[in-house]
This record gives sequence, C-alpha cells and structure tokens, in this order.
Amino acid sequence: MLNFTIRRLVLAVPTLLFISLVIFLLLELAPGDPMAQVPLTVPPEVKEKMREALGLGQPMHIRFWKWIVQFFWIEPQVLIDSMFGTTFSEGDLRVISWQTRSPVMDIVVQRIPQTLWVVGTAYVVAILIALPIGIYSAYRQYSWFDQMGTFVSMIGFSVPPFFSGVLVIVIFSVQLGWFPSIYDTTLVVNSWDSFMLQLKQMIMPVMVLALQITAQLSRFMRASMLDNLNQDYVRTARAKGLSEYTVVMVHVLRNSMIPVVTVIALGIPAIFGGAIITEQVFKVNGIGQLLIGAIQANDLPMVQTLTFIFAVLIVLFNLIADVLYGILDPRIRYD
Amino acid sequence: MTDHDRTDTLIPDEGLAPASTALPTTGVMEELATPPRSQWRDVWDQFKTHKGAMIGAVLFIFIVVGVYLGPYLWSIDPTQIDIRSRNQGPSWAHPFGTDQLGRDILARMMSGGQTSVSVGITAMLLALFLGSLVGVVAGFFKRLDGPLMRLTDLFLALPLLPLLLVMMLLFREPLSAAFGLERGIFILIVCAIGITSWMPTARIVRGDVLAIKEREFVLAARSIGTSNSQIITRHILPNVLSPIMVSATLGIATAIITESALSFLGLGFPPDFPTWGRLLFDGVDYLQQYPERVFWPGLAISLTVLSVNYLGDGLRDALDPRIRGR
Repeated sequence: MLNFTIRRLVLAVPTLLFISLVIFLLLELAPGDPMAQVPLTVPPEVKEKMREALGLGQPMHIRFWKWIVQFFWIEPQVLIDSMFGTTFSEGDLRVISWQTRSPVMDIVVQRIPQTLWVVGTAYVVAILIALPIGIYSAYRQYSWFDQMGTFVSMIGFSVPPFFSGVLVIVIFSVQLGWFPSIYDTTLVVNSWDSFMLQLKQMIMPVMVLALQITAQLSRFMRASMLDNLNQDYVRTARAKGLSEYTVVMVHVLRNSMIPVVTVIALGIPAIFGGAIITEQVFKVNGIGQLLIGAIQANDLPMVQTLTFIFAVLIVLFNLIADVLYGILDPRIRYD
Repeated sequence: MTDHDRTDTLIPDEGLAPASTALPTTGVMEELATPPRSQWRDVWDQFKTHKGAMIGAVLFIFIVVGVYLGPYLWSIDPTQIDIRSRNQGPSWAHPFGTDQLGRDILARMMSGGQTSVSVGITAMLLALFLGSLVGVVAGFFKRLDGPLMRLTDLFLALPLLPLLLVMMLLFREPLSAAFGLERGIFILIVCAIGITSWMPTARIVRGDVLAIKEREFVLAARSIGTSNSQIITRHILPNVLSPIMVSATLGIATAIITESALSFLGLGFPPDFPTWGRLLFDGVDYLQQYPERVFWPGLAISLTVLSVNYLGDGLRDALDPRIRGR
C-alpha cells in the first residue's frame, strides 16, 4: 500500500507539470496586453521597463521555469515564514497579480475561507441528506419513496445551479424576503445575532450546491446498496437470525460505503469547479469569483495560479480516492 | 447387420416422417408468418415500457420541433426592437411578454433554443466522435492503449470549467474575426465543449472494445483475412453502439448545460444573438421586477436536460440485453 501511494505520488508530479504546461501555453496565446491600461503619455521605454518588471519580455521557457520556481519553491517558503516567523523567502520574487500588483497567493488565501465555508458546508449537508435517502430507496426498491428519490435526483441533475440559484433568490429573497440574496463576506461572527445572519445568508448557496451533490450521491449510494443487498453474505446474516437493522446498517452499509467514500473524495474538486457558478449567482467572493474576475481583467498570473490550484485539487483527490479504496477494501491490493 | 441396422434406422424415420414433418411445418409456417424480430424492435419494445423515457422522448422531440419550426408559426423577428411596448407582461400579442427593448420574448426563446439545441447536438457529436475514436483505437491496438489512456487521464485531471472560460476568453477574438461573430463563437463553443467532454465515452468504449475483441466472431473475421479497419467498422463498432448511444444522450445534456453556464458567466454568445443561457443572464438584471424573464429560459434549459436525461436512462435499460425482455 505504501509502495503504491509513493508510486502514485511520484506519478502525480509529471501529470501536474504537464497540466501546468498546458495552462501556461494556453495563456501564452492570450492577445491581451497588461500595459493596455497604462496611459498613452507614458513613454514607450518606461512601458518596456514596466513590462520587464512584470517578468514579461523574456523567452517563454524561462518564464515557465520562473513560474514553476515561484509556485513550488518560493510560495511554500512564504507559507512556512508566515507560520513560524522565519525569513526564508525574504527578497524572493513571488507570483504577482497584474490587477493589484500584490502577490497572487495572498489574495487567494484571503478568498479561500469564504469558498471553503460555503462549499464545505454544502458538501457535509449533501452527504448527510444523500446517504439516508440512498440507503432507504435501495432497501425499498421501486417503492414510492424510491420513485420520488429518482425523480428528485433527476431534477437535481437537470436543473443547472445558475437557474436553481436564481429561482431560490426569486422565491426566498424577493417574494418572501427571508434570506439576503447577496452573501456579505464582511460579516464578523461575534454574537448570536451575527451568527444567525451568517446562517441566513449561507442557507441559499448551500442548498443550491447541496441539491446537486445530493442528486449524484444518493443515486450512487442506492446503486451500491443494491449491489450488496442480493449478495450471499446478506442471506447468511439473515439466516443466522441477525436483526434486520444489523443486517442492513452494519453488514450491507459497511460494504456499500467503500465505493461511495471514494466517490465522495472524487467529487470534492468538481465541487470547487461547480461552485464557480454558485459563487457568481450569490456574489460570494470566493476563489470562483476571483477566477472570473481575473479572466475578465486579463490577469494572467492569477488565472494561471488559480487554474493550477484546481488541477492540484483534482490530482490530489484522485490519489486520495485510490488510496482510500485500497485501504477500505481488503480485496484490492495494488502491489 | 449393417443392412439391418440401416433399415432399422430408416424405418422409424420413414414411419415417423409424415407425423414429424407435419408438426414442424406448422411451426415453420408460423415462424415464417411472423418474421424474425430484429434487435431494434426488441429495443423499442423495452424502451416503450419505460414511462419516464417515453415522456422524455416526446418532450425532447416537442422542444426540438418547437424551436426549429416554431418561428414559421410565430413570425415576429426576435431582434426587432419596439421600444414603445417594452417591459410588457404576457398578452395575446406577446405571450411571454417583451424585454427591456420591446423584443418579443417568445420569439427570442425560440431563436435562443435553436442555438442552444444545435450547440448541444453538435458538441455532443464532436465529443462522441473523439471519444469513440480514442476508445476504439485504444481498445483495439494494444500498443496505443497505454499512451491514449494516459492522455485520457490527463484530460480528466484538467480543471474543465476554468479552462473552458480561459479558452472562451482567448480564442473569441481571432475566431470571430475569421468566421464572423456568430459562427466564430459557435465554432469556438462547440469545439471547446467537444474537446473537454470526450473522456467518459472513450473510457466506456475502450472497455467494451477490449471485451469484444477477444470474442470468436472477431477471430473468425480475422481468420478469413479481414483487415483491421474492416473488423473495426463491420464487427466492433456495431457492437459498441449501445454505450455510444447512451453517452450521446447524456452528452447533449452536459453540452447544453455547459453552454448555458458559459453564457451565464458572460463568456458565451453576444447579447444580440440569444441563447437560453444568455437570456437567463440578461434576465437576472431585472430579477426583482420581472422574475418571469429568468423563469422561462431556465425552465427551457431544465426541461430539455431533464427529458434528455430520462431518454438516456430509458435507452440504457432498453439497450442492455440483460434487462431487455424481463
């Protein structure tokens, strides 16, 4: 198992390098000029200097190498510095955003908590809803509950977040006025009232995200339970005289959770991607909105770093899912 | 002895001949009267029993016919600006009302639907072509299997939505310059969606090809000297048709949603060239006063995707020989 994990970790390095190269080359084709906003009165030689200060004007491979060094070598040092108060990264050039001329990672670190709060809560809520639905609809296959579950998850699949989000805004904040339609990130939770406000503004984005995740997870849970319910060991367990609860919730559930856990792990990066739209709808200023803003403002270092962070998440959680699968299912041995 | 044996064996044969031929002939006659059932008839019979799939199919056909033939019945130009009658509610002249420039929303919905549906179908065809090509080649030629599957894994590891957004940003200008604004963006969106969504098809097709390649009929075909390309087109492709068809329906759904998402984020089609996603995006600004302007395009997208998903569900059951006939 350890061998396998190490092998996969080593394999992840070329994958990530390839992805960063793809992103870099894609952005290399960008027609935009970061100097377009600079007034025309600035003389061309000064503009050239500014361009060099941004790290442009050098050959492509050198800039790619510099970005790699900055991302993989300097940024971790900055992280260590900020955690332990050391000075490893002093004087090193970091990845600079063209929009704000401040380090990209600083902005990302500011934005991540909002995304994590909304996405993380949505994921937890979705899992808590999806698993019981999946278990019960598999246990009572083709019952009205199962049919309803199928229908609701079909709706969850089919209604895109930019419609369900807008719909709940119309219903709950325009018509009923229960929840605010815009997520206020400046809210500081320090009292019961502000906590309630935070809860209120989180309900709608969390519900919209959770509907989608629930749809997929409950279907998956149901299929996995159905696979196991007809197995011989279930009949054996029943024949031994175990209670129905023990049979379903201990024997079957444990075995059906194996693939579901990996699917949950695999879904996490996809959720970050899907949250881009939800963040846009509810004006949550998380990393999704940061990405959209950076794309519209032609801020290439920011776009590159953010896209790469998404890629790292995908590769990382793929790895975690594979390792989890091996740990949870003793029949699977990769070596 | 041998003679006797022969007569022994012959006599019962002759004796039974009238009776034994009489019985089968009626059977044969019946079999001839009812022609052998083709596979597609079985599939259709199974498909009919899936209620959701039938409703989905009817609804999808209705939507497609509606958006393509509707403009012949409802001949208001979707781009015609009538500023005097702007922001109207539903009336007989404008069943869905008019927007902030007085354009008829029903007509805009139809023309938006044409774009959305054709983007969905074209992008699905492209993704299907790429996916089947990679899948068949990887499954059939052992040497290419490893590299092609690594490529698929790499593509699966790409963050697709951010990359799609970046692609839309970068290639919008050059392609609209080369092919004209509308067609350029159409090509861009179709290619972007197609290139980023072929991977699941490729994996499924590869798996099926790997299994079918080892079957006897492929060996038989090879033994009479059939060339590789002939084996693929005549023997393998027809047998992997069902997973391809299922992923086709699901592909339409994802393509329509992706296109709408891009338009919703303001990186899809330009405003004077509506799609459902773009109409929804435009409607969000008037959310408080005219919520129905968001509702109709959103409902159209959701219904189309829902019907296609149910269609795919039914197709999967109908095309699965283990479920069929039960």
